[in-house]
Formats: sequence, C-alpha cells, structure tokens
Amino acid sequence: MNAEITATAPEPAAGDDVLLRIENLVKYFPVQSASLFRRDREFVHAVDGVNLEVRRGQTLGLVGETGCGKSTLARCILRLYNITSGRITFDGRDISKLKPRQMRPLRREIQMIFQDPYGSLNPRRRVGSIIGDPFAIHKTATGQERKRKVQEVMELVGLNPEHFNRFPAEFSGGQRQRIGVARALAFRPKLIVCDEPVSALDVSIQAQVINLLADLQSELGLTYIFIAHDLSVVRHVSNTVAVMYLGQVTELAPVDELWAHPRHPYTDALLSAVPVPDPDKAGQRERIILAGDVPSPISPPSGCRFHPRCPKAAPTCMEKDPVLEPRLGDEADHLAACHFPVEDGEDISKARPTISAEDRVIESGLLGSA
Amino acid sequence: MALLEVDDLHVSFRTSDGIVQAVRGVSFHVDAGQTLGIVGESGSGKSVSTQTIMGLTRGARITGQAMFEGRDLLTLGQSDMRKIRGAEIGMIFQDPLSSLHPYYKVGWQIVEMIRQHDKTMSKAKARARAVELLKLVGIPQADRRVDDYPHQFSGGMRQRAMIAMAMSLNPKLLIADEPTTALDVTVQAQVLAVIKTLQQEFGTAVILITHDLGVVADVADNVQVMYAGAVMEKADLRTTFFANHHPYTEGLLLSLPAYGGERERLRPIQGQPPSLINLPPGCPFSPRCDYVMDRCRTETPPLASVGDDATHLSACWLPHDMAARNELRRKVAGEPLPAQAES
Repeated sequence: MNAEITATAPEPAAGDDVLLRIENLVKYFPVQSASLFRRDREFVHAVDGVNLEVRRGQTLGLVGETGCGKSTLARCILRLYNITSGRITFDGRDISKLKPRQMRPLRREIQMIFQDPYGSLNPRRRVGSIIGDPFAIHKTATGQERKRKVQEVMELVGLNPEHFNRFPAEFSGGQRQRIGVARALAFRPKLIVCDEPVSALDVSIQAQVINLLADLQSELGLTYIFIAHDLSVVRHVSNTVAVMYLGQVTELAPVDELWAHPRHPYTDALLSAVPVPDPDKAGQRERIILAGDVPSPISPPSGCRFHPRCPKAAPTCMEKDPVLEPRLGDEADHLAACHFPVEDGEDISKARPTISAEDRVIESGLLGSA
Repeated sequence: MALLEVDDLHVSFRTSDGIVQAVRGVSFHVDAGQTLGIVGESGSGKSVSTQTIMGLTRGARITGQAMFEGRDLLTLGQSDMRKIRGAEIGMIFQDPLSSLHPYYKVGWQIVEMIRQHDKTMSKAKARARAVELLKLVGIPQADRRVDDYPHQFSGGMRQRAMIAMAMSLNPKLLIADEPTTALDVTVQAQVLAVIKTLQQEFGTAVILITHDLGVVADVADNVQVMYAGAVMEKADLRTTFFANHHPYTEGLLLSLPAYGGERERLRPIQGQPPSLINLPPGCPFSPRCDYVMDRCRTETPPLASVGDDATHLSACWLPHDMAARNELRRKVAGEPLPAQAES
C-alpha cells in the first residue's frame, strides 16, 4: 500500500522552497492485547503513510475528526514521538533518525503552540521565567540580557512587558495564549506547529489571536502548520489544506480550490456539516449527515478507510486502496484519494452506497433513514 | 402563557475575592415547541441562569422568579424540585463523558432515571423503553448496546445517550448547555438533527446555550445575547443576524472568520470581558465598544424595544430607530454586515 503511494507522491521540487517534507510517515502505537496468552501485539495505526510538503512562509491547515491522527502527525514532526517509519526532511536535512541530543539545536527552529492555555503554562512560575525558558535551555542569554529579550518578545505578541513578574493566573485565556505564542517565538523559529491554538478561546478573543498569528507570519516570515477542528478558522488562515481520515490524507488542495471543488466525499461531508452563521443559508443547505462514528484505528477498514460511512461506497472501495492523485482533471496540486470523486455540483446527500449495509456495519434508526 | 417565564433573575456568589454577580436581572420566556438560543462568552452568565432555574446553584444568593406552568421554581422545595427535574425539564450538559456514571451500564442509568420518577413501571418495561429511546437517537444495535458501559461508547454516542436519557420522560422543556461543543462537526450535525427531530415529534421547548453562532443559526427561533451577566439583546433569529442593534451582537458576528470575507483581517472585539466582581459603572460593554459615548460610562441602559418591534429588545443607548442606527453603523464599522448587504 505504501509503495503505491510512493509511486505517485509528488517529486521533490528542485528549489529550496519547501521547508518541511514528510514522506511516507508512519506512526503506530502498540496497545495491550486483549488476551493474556497471545504474544502478537496490536497497533493503533495513528498515522499511516502520509506525504506532505510545507512551503516557506505558508500555512498548511490540517483538518479532520478526533482521532484522525492530526495531532500525532504534528508531534512526529517535532519528534516528540519517535516515528515508526518514513522520512521527515526539515530545511534540507533528514531529521527522522536524529537522537534527542542531536534534535535539541533544531528545536530553536521548530516550535509548537498548544491548545490549552491553562494546562501548557506552569501556574507556579512567573511569566517572565516561562518565556525565558528557551533562552535558559539553550544557554544563549542570562541575567539582564535575557530579561530584555523576554520583554522584547512580550511586546511583539501584544503583552505589556511590565507584566514580566506576574503569574499565569493573573492573565485571561487570550493573554495566556499570547504567552504561549511568545514562548514559541523566543528564537524566531522557522516553523511553528499550532495545535488547536484558538479552540479554547472565546469567539471575540479567537479573532485577536488569529490576527496576531497572521501579523507575526508576515513580519517574521514564519511557516505554520495549523491544526484546528473549526473549518472556518482553517479556511481563513491556510494556503493549503490537508484533510485527514484515520491516519491518512484523503484530500490535499489549495484552500479556495478545496472549498470550491471538494473531491472526496468525506471532505464534502465535513464542509457541509460546518454550521454557517447565517439563518437563511442554514435552512436551504443540503447537509450531508454521515452515519456512524470514526472506526477503530486498531483495525482500520479494508480498501478505502472511509467506505463504511461513505454515501458513495461501491464494492471497489472495499477492495482497493484509492491513490492520492489529481482527480477529474484537477490541477497537479489538488489531490484526492477516492475511486468515485465528487463532481462539481453533484449532491451526494441523496447518494446511496451500492454495497450492503452488513458490509458497512451501518447503524439504523433515526439517522440511518434521515 | 409561556411554558417558562423567568423574571428579573439575580444570582450572586460570595467568594474570597468578593461577591461575584453572575446573573444581573435576566428575564426571558420560552413557549412550547420553540427553541431559545442563549449566546454569550464564558462568564456571561448563560449557564448559571439556567442552572439556577434547575436548582443546581447551591450557596448562591438568588432573587427573582422563574414560573414553570404556574409554579415558581426558585421557591420550590427540594423534593418538589426533584420531581420536576428530569421528568418535566430535561437537561443535557456539555461534557457527555462526565455526565454519565462510568461504573454503571448506559441502559441501567436510563432505567434508573425512568423508575425514579415512575415507581410503578416494571424493570423489564423500563428497559424496553430505554432500548426504544436509544434507537430513537440513532444508537446502532440498541438492544445490545444498552448493556454497554459509557467508555464503550464514542463521544457522539454518549451525547446521544444523554439526549435519550433527558427525553426518557417526555419533558416539556429541554435545556441543552453547549450540547455539541465537545463534538466533531460531523457528529455535531448528527446530534443537532436528533434534537430537532425530537422537538418536532414531541413539541418540546428547547433552551440551547452555546457560544457558536453557527449552531444558533441552525436551530434557534429566538436568540438572547448575554454579556457580563445581563441580557444585551433579544430578538428573533433573522433580526439577530441581519438587523441587530447592540454593538456586542454586531461585534460577535463580525469577529467570525465566515463573516469577515476570505483573506481579509478578522475584526475582533478589542479588550477582555470585565470581571464580575468589579463591574464598570454604566454599560458593561462600554470599555470594549466602538460606539461608546459619555453616557454609556455612567448610566446603565435599560433593555428597551427597537423601533416599533416589541419583540426586539436591546440594552444600548444608541438610537433605537433602525435607520439612525444603520447610519451610525456605516460611520463606525465601515461597510454594513456582509449578510445585510446581500439581503
């Protein structure tokens, strides 16, 4: 399966334009087997053969449901997890096999912003020392110089530098997220992985933080990988969006192209499920309601992993893995992994799968008939 | 007469830092078969006001009235309240995992709920009812899953089980406090569809508390926008989105990415929500408001009707004549709301 994907993976571009390249990335987590006597272990297929590229100064959005592997992928890129197989090239250098000690200098260049602005800051340490940590760890600045640098970066993210000596509890959620951003920015990294950076914030504060991230990107030429479950936010910040399902990329396209011509039925369903803050449009939209939940990543479905929930599923989908490639004459940068891609203007909310319900293990009841 | 009529509700808590005025004079009503959406940010008092109605805020100082079918819920004794809670007013909470007991089977928890309120029903009958309810909310193989523990359910299934439990006694009113916030969009769509279908079938009134204006646009009939423990604006769904009056409602809508156009900068509301211990004098939104006038900083505006529309209320000193308000909107916020421009 992996071999098939490799064959069609985009050829490495000659230019130095690509900051991060992920090739055939696989990450399995072992799980305790149910039986005491069985020696063979089972694995959670968290990330299963992902190929992606991130260009300098751009934002790659990663979307998908809970458990699709987007956070695992992010943590693999930072090498917070050891990867099972595959290759990660950062700034022309293969970092997939580096030891933690070798990885450390590179951490200045790859940083992360976490979802929870409450859990990611130590409540017993002062803000100045939290933001100063990177300088302490990398032994680049001490004493007054460190303080000056910390205050500089605090100012950059819109915090009052005089609040240097306060504790995280004295800040609101939005300001705490700014502290997280300041810490990530301490060394002016090249790549920042933002894992749900605004989902814990209130609507009016979300917009402040998104604007801040956009300003910093244009000022400092940052590259982002932006993970969020809120698709309207992803649409706003991303240049390219990758849709993930059960550890695999099902569709990859420039943001406007993806919204205009979703090819994968999963993308189509995902986009149609987003609540639109407009009562007129909310009523008339054909919403594709997917049956059921995401299957277990321990034993993913055969063939196309989406087939048990797909309204267009056909027998082929159960047998053959679809290849991630341009479909229906799309440009080379719009890839979809589907045997029966959605045509422009096609309404799949009325589509019915041509495989039996037993094969799909579909649920009955209110939603099955809706 | 309205099914639930809340009048001038005040709730405050004594804490070591001072008195937190969580709800400050909130009035609203819900009619049978209607959905009221309550929108607001964290700390706006939207959850506290409904929890108080259900008698779930212990140790709070409560004044006001909450008439439910002729009885004031705020003065009702514990045992009377217990008969209403669950049976006549159902409730769904945000976090479906912590609202189900991890140690008991899902079916058992629904059966207990039914038998608690109807002691004459046999166990077997209650169990059959539980299976029927789980089927109704779309749990696959309900007759088998009824014996599962909560951890064997996925997040969306747990929330559906919660809905099944809340609906088990055919309540007249369902209070859903952020029912889809913890769920994925695809599952959110399923859960909202279940709530809507059940409402149509049984004529249940719904109070939906959410911060997501997209969810409100999808299911609500009327919308109440809350800020710092008070109601800022109240109107029907279309008015809230297309002809709102209060700058806070406008600010909430403008700060959404879906509203601000594709690559444009977002337009956030500046600043932070106020502390509920030391509220600024005058309008609580005045420190963050783009339209602020001198009067706003000293006098609290009353909730008054906008134009001739008695159902559209706004607590703001800006002219209550919509033409004058729109003129101001153009001056301060630039172009009108995109949705308004279209219509």
